[in-house]
Amino acid sequence: MKHLLSTLDLSRADAIRILDIAEEMAAVGTREVKKLPALRGRTVVNLFFEDSTRTRISFEAAAKRLSADVINFSAKGSSVSKGESLKDTAQTLQAIGADAVVIRHGASGAPARLAATDWIDAPVVNAGDGTHEHPTQALLDAFTLRTHWSALHGHTSLGSDLSGMRVAIVGDILHSRVARSNLWLLRTLGAEVTMVAPPTLLPHGSHAWPCTISYDLDATLASGTDAVMMLRVQGERMHDSYFPNTREYSRLWGFDDARLAALDARDTGETIIMHPGPMNRGLEISSAAADSPRSTVLAQVANGVAVRMAVLYLLLSGDQQRPAPSDATRPAGL
Amino acid sequence: MSTNTSYLIRGAKPLGNQETDILIHEGTIAALGADAATHPAAAHATVIEAAGQIALPGMVDLHTHLREPGREDAETVETGTRAAALGGFTAVHAMANSNPVADTAGVVEQVWSLGRRSGWVDVRPVGAVTVGLAGTQMSEIGAMADSRAQVRVFSDDGICVFDPLLMRRALEYVKAFDGVVAQHAQEPRLTEGAQMNEGEVSAVLGLAGWPAVAEESIIARDVLLAEHVGSRLHICHVSTAGSVEIIRWAKSRGVNVTAEVTPHHLLLTDELVQSYDPVYKVNPPLRRAADVAALRAGLADGTIDIIGTDHAPHPSEAKECEWAAAAMGMTGLETALSVVQHTMVETGMITWADFARITSTAPAAIGRVADQGRELAVGEPANITLVDAEARWIVDPFAMATKGRNSPFKGLELPGKVTAVFFHGHPTVLGGKLATPRVSEAF
Repeated sequence: MKHLLSTLDLSRADAIRILDIAEEMAAVGTREVKKLPALRGRTVVNLFFEDSTRTRISFEAAAKRLSADVINFSAKGSSVSKGESLKDTAQTLQAIGADAVVIRHGASGAPARLAATDWIDAPVVNAGDGTHEHPTQALLDAFTLRTHWSALHGHTSLGSDLSGMRVAIVGDILHSRVARSNLWLLRTLGAEVTMVAPPTLLPHGSHAWPCTISYDLDATLASGTDAVMMLRVQGERMHDSYFPNTREYSRLWGFDDARLAALDARDTGETIIMHPGPMNRGLEISSAAADSPRSTVLAQVANGVAVRMAVLYLLLSGDQQRPAPSDATRPAGL
Repeated sequence: MSTNTSYLIRGAKPLGNQETDILIHEGTIAALGADAATHPAAAHATVIEAAGQIALPGMVDLHTHLREPGREDAETVETGTRAAALGGFTAVHAMANSNPVADTAGVVEQVWSLGRRSGWVDVRPVGAVTVGLAGTQMSEIGAMADSRAQVRVFSDDGICVFDPLLMRRALEYVKAFDGVVAQHAQEPRLTEGAQMNEGEVSAVLGLAGWPAVAEESIIARDVLLAEHVGSRLHICHVSTAGSVEIIRWAKSRGVNVTAEVTPHHLLLTDELVQSYDPVYKVNPPLRRAADVAALRAGLADGTIDIIGTDHAPHPSEAKECEWAAAAMGMTGLETALSVVQHTMVETGMITWADFARITSTAPAAIGRVADQGRELAVGEPANITLVDAEARWIVDPFAMATKGRNSPFKGLELPGKVTAVFFHGHPTVLGGKLATPRVSEAF
């Protein structure tokens, strides 16, 4: 693994390795001295073209717990409006001596461009690109799911996957990098995925995805799920005719109190409720659901640091002997 | 004409037929076959050994972006027409989206004049349909038609003439000048922020989709409008299977519509976008393999009339960036012949005679270029392209004459090499290299 750009090309072995190392890293977080010397003297750059305080501080905490030096490079706005190109920014970081670049960018594929060009040699971690992917979010979600799933079945989580688990991902799939990264990773780990959304918020072409697609949240919940992942919905979407208004959205696709009550009547807490944050309470998730014992929202945040420690550790000090996956080959399609 | 030199082409195969000799004298084809060597002018002629090479009428591109005036950093008339000559062309139509826009007689005459001064090919300016390509007010179509540039093709290419009433009026108005409206079919609302073909690949890549229906709905509207007002309509760069179906239907009804396809849409698919390399970003976007197959079939059966390169050079910084920020467009003049040979001739879908029709005769007819796209016959203007069809070459954008390095065929091995081009009897290309421009007495 030279870069982490997408979960689509992440093998099952690599995914489980990251999750296993993250468990060790999580143990560090419970100590009084939350620090390992693993990346001492290495420089990690957080290159954020979009505001995302949550993701940035999670990566910052992860790098610092591994004793790396952290540079936060906030380049808000597109490269065009800012006047400096992505290429020039990357070459600047190369000259500064960055050992890894964590990039958040509003344009899908921007991290892939950094990785494919010779603008910079350092490993690239995709911290969310446009509406494409957010692989560390999917890894922390998988970590959270695995902890729950293994505890439920009374087996050790180390080395295990999510075989047999049923996960519903609900909301604005079209614009969600979290949904895409989760779909590929959950499938790789053996889970079954159902995407639940209004038809306007499902991408054209998603019929080919390895998941079930549903427009009916109640039917999906009634058929049984082990985890429900609620996605953030931007209220402004109603101005682009994706749905009539936020009240109707909330009624049909929000995890509201009535759906929580229905779930409580069905099981005793086996189904967990997830959200990548930041939440729109009262829109896609009610406060009662967000604060219920089923909610893993804060566990996800804590797990995020452990997973990002594992990723940085593997990219910066893991074995680099394995050949990079055919960078030179021409993409398919001719 | 100032061409006093004679050339004797020996052993070339006109349209791929029997080997023969062709004598060029004073800008025209003076003799063919056994008569060529015995013609008085043959005694002093420069001999071009072309045994086994294909002789074609000089290629005519209905869709070229020469960028001048305004974007001389991307291309100039001089560099673009050098590229055209090397690609086997003897005429190109320069699209109107320059800066200033070619929407007045002054601008089209400037472009025409620059073309004459360069002397590599005929440069036929395309006039904008609307002032500033803004889509609201018709430009001075009559003045451009009557100018020295003799404009016959009108297009807002890059932008769709979306207002249906304005499109109707433009179709009607150009009839007075024997003109044609070349439509860039793209429903603007359905393609807001569009980045690539909408489908299975865009769903995975998280790039905003450019749906096929946005092209097809405009073509459907416009063929019905053209039928209603009895006008000529040309559809630029058709890219979807559905568009081919609609045009086939329109032609079966007798609608006076012609259509073009680019070489890149005959070969490349949206799978290439998985690399996020903006060299594959183009408008209309690369489509699915099923669309490529339908475009090839439509070109073979005559539903699609011509090849148009949509040669769109960009400076490197416009492509060395993230996908969303990159400019749309690909170079094409120096690869068009090879890509069409590869996709259509070598697959057995068309003959070299068909190749001459779709790259020369038909585009010259649509653009009303009287002295181009003619038969290879005695007395005709000597616009001739010689092709070594057996040659193979590897595409290197840095070895091209165009300023644009944005060729999506970079690194591919392609068949067919242009060895010589005669432009009104003057060799602009010899031995596969640029020779000299033809000197015009008036520009």
